[in-house]
Amino acid sequence: MRFTKDHEWVELNGDTATVGITAYAAEQLGDVVFVELPTAGAKVEAGGEMAVVESVKAASDVFAPLTGEVTDANGELSDNPQTVNDAPEGSGWLVKIKVADPAQMDQLMDRAAYEAFLGTL
Amino acid sequence: METVSAEALLRTPLTDAHRRAGARMVGFAGYDMPVQYAQGVLKEHLWTRAHAGLFDVSHMGPAFLTLERRSGDPDADHAAVSALIEPLVCGDIAGLSPGQLRYTLLLNEDGGIIDDLMIGRPLWESRQGMLYLVVNAARKAVDFPLIAEAAAGRARLERADDRALIAIQGPEAAEVLGGVVREASALGFMRHARFDLDGSRLLVSRSGYTGEDGFEILALPEMAVKLWDRLADDRRVEPVGLGARDSLRLEAGLPLWGHDIDETTSPVEAALEFAVSKKRLKAGAMRGAARFARERADGPARVRVGLKVLQGAPAREGAPIADGQGRGIGVVTSGGFSPSLGAPIAMGYVPPAFAAPGTALQVLVRGRPQATEVASFPFTPHRYHRPAA
Repeated sequence: MRFTKDHEWVELNGDTATVGITAYAAEQLGDVVFVELPTAGAKVEAGGEMAVVESVKAASDVFAPLTGEVTDANGELSDNPQTVNDAPEGSGWLVKIKVADPAQMDQLMDRAAYEAFLGTL
Repeated sequence: METVSAEALLRTPLTDAHRRAGARMVGFAGYDMPVQYAQGVLKEHLWTRAHAGLFDVSHMGPAFLTLERRSGDPDADHAAVSALIEPLVCGDIAGLSPGQLRYTLLLNEDGGIIDDLMIGRPLWESRQGMLYLVVNAARKAVDFPLIAEAAAGRARLERADDRALIAIQGPEAAEVLGGVVREASALGFMRHARFDLDGSRLLVSRSGYTGEDGFEILALPEMAVKLWDRLADDRRVEPVGLGARDSLRLEAGLPLWGHDIDETTSPVEAALEFAVSKKRLKAGAMRGAARFARERADGPARVRVGLKVLQGAPAREGAPIADGQGRGIGVVTSGGFSPSLGAPIAMGYVPPAFAAPGTALQVLVRGRPQATEVASFPFTPHRYHRPAA
């Protein structure tokens, strides 16, 4: 699993990346009450807006960690947005992306680097 | 909520208690304030509706306006101090009974809302000729000089915002507070009185801004932490941050100055006509009286309404409101997710032709139209302490 400074995680399986927000991000956001996801076929660009996760208080943008095409979005979250809090790095995943260039993964942090980064916040 | 740099922030007498309780702190109106505790906004909100929530609202602006020379005649002294502030507000202050508290509006010359505030008349005869005021945190710098100047030479304005203001709100608030300050639970809605706790004086009012029964307690700094801890130790009580305070007042349909009301909005536009005293209107010389009469006769250009967002994302402050055909007609001034209803709600301004409850409208969230319906205030019923007559 790799991480961004915007607190997204990515897991790559072949050329398909599963993306979600980190446990830290979910904790900071608080109870998630609404998730807005892209539809399959949407093109996303690394660093560009991809989804919106909303708490009672605020809406937070989720950025695409990698460039590619959305192949799936987690439909469970429309009825149970709270899953993002319950299992942010598991069943609370947001989207799957067919990545254009798997080598983009190398630009992202591994868990040790991400945890060190959290220590600086 | 605006965030400002941490070093410039003011502390309340309870700041350390919040940090000990694991609160997440933010800068709000110049103060270092808890936005939420460990439970989070959603659970704090629902806890308040079901039990009792404890809030630090010490950032607000309590103050006392006191006659320089009292005659000793309690009614004459109350009339005299009321006459100093009435030219600035639209409420009947002279008509307050001893111990009564009233929600009122400071108006500018054009009838726009400078602030909304509470004004109370002391219960005891020996304290007549004094008024208790509580203004919004973000408006202290405007309100206090305005009031002090209007009263100059005849009454002095003493700020009390170095003290703590603690709110306890919810259906179990009266029982909880009654266990600590026995007589407080006998107060009627919108009444206030002074009570002793361990030799320290508290000013307790039966009021709040959540739509629930509850109290607001002005305490000296050294008593504040003790009182907070005693209330927080009760199993029926959880501390609640500014996040849930905002979602609670939104559900209760209560406007927030700087968002839902400001110097351009009038009491009629803001759906706050109840705060305009008929007696004051009849007597004349009320600020904004001409605009009030015009808007009552011809209708205002816009009016504050509640909105139920029927599909999609919460519509937040700034989201455009459109009619059924997609024509822009207004804007959301507060909005979010209602924990009690489990759905997004908002308030905003639309022309009166679109203000009837049930009117089908749209809100635009991130550019996309979402079905919305005008709803009457409050979204969740008020449960103030009003014993059957």
